[in-house]
Amino acid sequence: MTFLTFLTSLTSEQVVFILASILTIGAALVVVTNRNLFHAALALMASFLGVAGIYITLDAGFLAAAQLLVYIGAISILIIFAIMVTRRMMQVSESPFNSQRGLGFFVAVAGFLIVAVVILQWFGGEAFAAKPPVAPAVLSNAVAALGVSFVNPNAFALPFIVISILLLAALIGAIYIAWPRQRIDPAEDEA
Amino acid sequence: MPPVTIEWYVALSVILFLIGSMGVLLRRNAIILFMSIEMMLNSANLLFVAFARYLGDLDGQVLVFFVITVAAAEVAVGLALIVAIFRTKHSINIDEINLMKG
Repeated sequence: MTFLTFLTSLTSEQVVFILASILTIGAALVVVTNRNLFHAALALMASFLGVAGIYITLDAGFLAAAQLLVYIGAISILIIFAIMVTRRMMQVSESPFNSQRGLGFFVAVAGFLIVAVVILQWFGGEAFAAKPPVAPAVLSNAVAALGVSFVNPNAFALPFIVISILLLAALIGAIYIAWPRQRIDPAEDEA
Repeated sequence: MPPVTIEWYVALSVILFLIGSMGVLLRRNAIILFMSIEMMLNSANLLFVAFARYLGDLDGQVLVFFVITVAAAEVAVGLALIVAIFRTKHSINIDEINLMKG
């Protein structure tokens, strides 16, 4: 009975946040622990979906759509293609962890503790006590404001150009790296 | 139940970052490493969006777009490297990729 009253006392925002957090963290744990590479990729998509839900609780609907398009639609599919290309090394019998698992676990937990201590000291700030109602101009025109800030020379026009050149260069570099080269095949050099 | 404050988002982000760093440091498969790096970038994005919301400022969301772009570039180059390494070594086990070890 007390559990029922607890459930009914939750606001819709809390319900969405909790469900999206459970999806995000649970799927992330599946990614890190699962032996099957393909299942890990599917869990990664679920984790991205949970993050998109969190964006929606933060009134960032456009970013949630971009998350769905770019992460779930493009990056996850790219990872699945890479899994298919390198499929032969998926022996289930071997341990999924590398040779430095003990040291790696220690470093990860130590880093987590350092971050947690720093954040716990910072908590208690009064400025973030409750979610402030965002001014309607900022919220309802978020897409327009984002677009303007990308072309405004006083805002993010230069980083926008730099990032697009970076993306172009990275994609050309990726094609160059993955391009099959018969010339450096040692068997052909000997022939 | 207290209302949803920024501490909730910070806690979620830190937990997601911890899981991602565990994946990078513990797993053997290079593709899992890339997935974990994407998760860590996602946790940083989460923090950007949360602070943008609580400060009522859109600049955090703009930065998230830049992070998404860099993540796309990174995963494209990284997966191309994995494919190239797999072609020469027939393995993407990071314990066996030790060509540049001193």
